[in-house]
Amino acid sequence: MRIDEYRRVAIPGAIDFILKLAEQVKGRRLLHVTGGRLGGGAADSLRAVVPILSELGVDTRWEVTGGDNAYYATARSLQAALEGAERVLSEEGLARWVDMNGLNAKKLDLDADVTIVHDSQPASLVSARAAGRWVWRCHFDCSSAQARAWAFFRRFADQYDLAVFPMPGFEGRLGIPMFVVPPTIDPLSERNRDLTPREVSEILMALGVARDKPLLVQVGRFAHAHDPLGVVNAYRLVKKHHDVRLVLAGAADGEPERLELLSHLLEVAQEDRDVVVLELPPEAHRQVNALQRAATIVLQKSVRAGYDLGAAEAMWKGKPIVGGYAGGLAQQIITNVTGYTVHSVEGAAFRIRHLLNNPELIPRMGAAGREHVRRSLLITRELVDGLALGVHLTR
Amino acid sequence: MTSRAARPFRFTGCVELRQTLDVHALDERELMNRIGEVPADSIFFHTFGYFLRHRAVTTAYGNDFARWAAVEIGDQALAERLAVVDPFAFSTLEALREHLVTILQDHLRGGEVERRVEFDRGFHFQQSHIVEVPLGLSAETLVEFRAGLAAVDESAIYLHTVETRTRERRADAALGELAEQFERIDPYLTSLERIRGRLLGLVDVALEAAPR
Repeated sequence: MRIDEYRRVAIPGAIDFILKLAEQVKGRRLLHVTGGRLGGGAADSLRAVVPILSELGVDTRWEVTGGDNAYYATARSLQAALEGAERVLSEEGLARWVDMNGLNAKKLDLDADVTIVHDSQPASLVSARAAGRWVWRCHFDCSSAQARAWAFFRRFADQYDLAVFPMPGFEGRLGIPMFVVPPTIDPLSERNRDLTPREVSEILMALGVARDKPLLVQVGRFAHAHDPLGVVNAYRLVKKHHDVRLVLAGAADGEPERLELLSHLLEVAQEDRDVVVLELPPEAHRQVNALQRAATIVLQKSVRAGYDLGAAEAMWKGKPIVGGYAGGLAQQIITNVTGYTVHSVEGAAFRIRHLLNNPELIPRMGAAGREHVRRSLLITRELVDGLALGVHLTR
Repeated sequence: MTSRAARPFRFTGCVELRQTLDVHALDERELMNRIGEVPADSIFFHTFGYFLRHRAVTTAYGNDFARWAAVEIGDQALAERLAVVDPFAFSTLEALREHLVTILQDHLRGGEVERRVEFDRGFHFQQSHIVEVPLGLSAETLVEFRAGLAAVDESAIYLHTVETRTRERRADAALGELAEQFERIDPYLTSLERIRGRLLGLVDVALEAAPR
């Protein structure tokens, strides 16, 4: 996508503002480093951001680190431990991770004015820093990191010039300045671009989702953190008063706990034909897009969450949100304006009934949500923050 | 600026980079103690800066402290007492800080039950770094100034009316006598678009009165 294509979706003047801001870092060399080019999170955002920055005259490159199986296994365990999960980290495994990143540092061209290293896998590259400013961009909540993992990781993190977190409160203790840049959605991506009503109908038909009654839709991994069973219970409370259909769409990622939860949900769906459970692959962006557009109300009843952008995606599609009070959801949803944050199954059912009983609120909140996202949660805002950070670091 | 100004007025927008301070409050007593300790820039961020961040939706609480007391702690009485604090009424950030601490002190002396929240619902202190963005627009006459004012990014309204006026304590010399009238505009509990409207109104009056 080219920057000019965002004029039709961004707030008026936003693109001209970006062009003016970019003049201050034109010609600077910017390097992003991630643990891979595929998947969501940082890679998803960089696929859109890197070409735009280059178009704006900022010399932008994107490198990825690699290694053997032991390297990836330790990197995954370290990441999980930094997110607060209990993991066994062996001395040998950690040493291997450091050594492999040492090899990566020799292989990669790390010469840049600003180097931004994303998440934990490539983080120890900083030990090889020569010139320029180095930023550690953390996309997860490390406020509850396992103490031993954090103590190990911190000796690398403290070598950066600054760290960036998705929201205040997600940071771990560091001796460097810590900034906040919330993540955003790309409105022109396959997951969020406009779909015609016909496209939506065709996709829902292919998914086997009938549209003969109001749809309550939750998109998210089949994990306890997203409380799909709580959503089913909220739906049952609503169903006593309104003839609605519930769609739960997501992935189980092959993890035993999630597969068990999915199997439980499939049993529920067999007993109640108005509960539809869809196991979708991670690349099913178009299907998620259509489901969110077809929804009457979108649910995101997470009880534990990082900074998932499901609420922002749904608000962009003009849908009111009933979301759990967890992680970034409370930051995305403006209660009583773009939807509601809830703390219980009963709270979710109450808010869904409130919206269904006052249908004029649904388009009003949907429109407010779309404008809220347009101003605060679109990739154009992330470009502004990224460029401003570049100015701040190189002036 | 009734004819051609000696120095052109240059419109400048801004981006607010947010820095988290790893300083947190989980109850009202901690909020009071931390307000007393954090850098003055953090007091600025959570009071004056509120007007930049909440430009689109609502300024219902007036500052981040009042919002937290209402939404997270559920102490409506404290929220009301904090919400009416008009930061523009204080000559220094230290005076504003002192006033906020006094409100919390008085409130806690009232013996109301203190509620403690979990970490993720705590008050997380921040401060900002303003990156200025020259917008390439300048004005030498009042007519040019009006055209620029009507068109510039909202962040320029914030920078010229809140930041320069409060953090740097200076009025823009290029504005001449209009600067004094601009000083009297009350930005408290309103939106940047409304401030733009009021500024345009003052410019229109000045244009009407200007000799033709």
